[in-house]
Amino acid sequence: MAALGEVVVCARGVEKYFGDNHVLRGVDLDVRDGETVMLIGRSGSGKTTMLRCLNFLEEPTAGSIAVAGVQVDADPLHERSRRHQEQIRQIRLRAGMVFQDFNLFPHMTVLENCIEAPMRVKGVPRRRAIELAVGFLGKVGLIEKRDEHPARLSGGQKQRVAIARALCMEPKVLMFDEPTSALDPELVGEVLNVMEELAHEGTTMIVVTHEMSFAREAADRVVFMEAGTVIEEGPPEQVLDAPQDERTRQFLRRFLRRGDGQPAA
Amino acid sequence: MSEAAKAQPLILRRIEAAHRSRNVSFRLQFVLVWVALIAALGVALALADQIDPPWLQEWAPFILGGAAITVLVCVTSIALAVVLALLGALGRLSRNPVIHAIASFYVSLVRGTPLLVQLFFVYYALADIGVVIDPIPAGIIALSFNYGAYMTEIFRAGIQAVPRGQREAAQALGMTERLIMRRVVLPQATRIVIPAVGNEFIAMIKDSSLVSTIGVAELLWRADTAGTPTLHRPSAFLLAALVYWVLTIFFSFFQERLERRMARGDR
Ligand SMILES: Nc1ncnc2c1ncn2[C@@H]1O[C@H](COP(=O)(O)OP(=O)(O)O)[C@@H](O)[C@H]1O
Ligand SMILES: [Mg+2]
Repeated sequence: MAALGEVVVCARGVEKYFGDNHVLRGVDLDVRDGETVMLIGRSGSGKTTMLRCLNFLEEPTAGSIAVAGVQVDADPLHERSRRHQEQIRQIRLRAGMVFQDFNLFPHMTVLENCIEAPMRVKGVPRRRAIELAVGFLGKVGLIEKRDEHPARLSGGQKQRVAIARALCMEPKVLMFDEPTSALDPELVGEVLNVMEELAHEGTTMIVVTHEMSFAREAADRVVFMEAGTVIEEGPPEQVLDAPQDERTRQFLRRFLRRGDGQPAA
Repeated sequence: MSEAAKAQPLILRRIEAAHRSRNVSFRLQFVLVWVALIAALGVALALADQIDPPWLQEWAPFILGGAAITVLVCVTSIALAVVLALLGALGRLSRNPVIHAIASFYVSLVRGTPLLVQLFFVYYALADIGVVIDPIPAGIIALSFNYGAYMTEIFRAGIQAVPRGQREAAQALGMTERLIMRRVVLPQATRIVIPAVGNEFIAMIKDSSLVSTIGVAELLWRADTAGTPTLHRPSAFLLAALVYWVLTIFFSFFQERLERRMARGDR
């Protein structure tokens, strides 16, 4: 496990209602510098919503989020206020996000996708932005695609570009929402390899995933959620192999029966 | 098994050949019917003895010159209409109630009144209250305001057709709303609306004949001016109709190519 650094992400009492649907019921989450935290749980348990609350793609109904020292309290009544939006933007500058369906900008080349935000949001000079992008595209193994449009890439390549694009903003934490769920099975590996490398290099990451063997390999900590609450968390060998809570056990049993992941050690 | 493997290429080749000959024969019949219809039209006109070739020869250059004015008016108007439609769409999507109201008012007012009335208002009514505008600018103003309102809906739909994930990805990168609109949403919306804007342009070529009523010397005005006093309206208006037709075929051709290129696109 990576040496524990200072707290990069600190979420306290995050609540989220969609109408009457109480989706997050007071979630706390701390992620330390260099840590890789994997969020698991059955479909509908609120993992995506939690991740989206962290960078305010969903406005939490209550609670507070701090990323790298920028703290923003949920303010659903003044969601659109200029001040709140600017605070949120400060959080987003520090928390990168990789989506399930990539969301690359189709009208830009791979390189343009990577330099757009650094240049126009952070004011990085073009040459420096390109240097940075080339570096990260190299890391994900896609330098030779720099001048292609996303339409000409495979799903796995798209997702790797999306990772490079997020890295180019040099975020303090990188968040992934089921980054391999939209991929053909044979393309999953190339994306997980990149993520595993990032994890081992000490990139701070929060990953929502159903890839249990990947979680076992790359996670410093696994968080199991159910019905909008954190049921259990700890190192993967504890949560995945010796779960304390019956609900965790049930969830994992279902996974093992499907043949996804490895049997308990 | 080996029998089937041998038989398959042959049957495939025969199916393909059948398809091809069916295609060729379809096209051939298509062209023949068009030629026949055009010939029939020509014969009918000749029998009716209403077309006067010497007259046509004398006046054709004058009438055809009107086509240039028609195209000029339309190109200018569509360009201005695009600007208005973009502003209108942004206004209709704005959360600012004042801006939203102004945009909705514009669309409602323009779509709720006839183009001809708008034209008369800009040219005659404004002149009566001291705002005198020349026919061509007046025509362009009316056409662009009118088409701008209709195209507002096209642009609005185009902006909304950009997938939500695009905006979210940009937000997650810390982009401001303004930047997201300018760099992410509008470039993609533009590709989406271009075919529809092409359709509007082609419709405008025909609608622009209305500006003849305020004395713009475009195609229809010239046909009328040449044909009416000399009692050659059949020749004059037939020629005008033909030119409108050719113009729309010409621009449709480009529009279709553009549409195909957009469909192929970079996505
Ligand atoms: N935008 C939304 N509007 C309404 N309900 C939503 C929305 N997003 C998610 N939900 C609901 O919130 C619950 C949790 O969803 P989600 O966070 O996507 O779960 P998970 O990612 O763990 O599968 C589900 O019941 C889902 O229907
Ligand atoms: Mg989810």
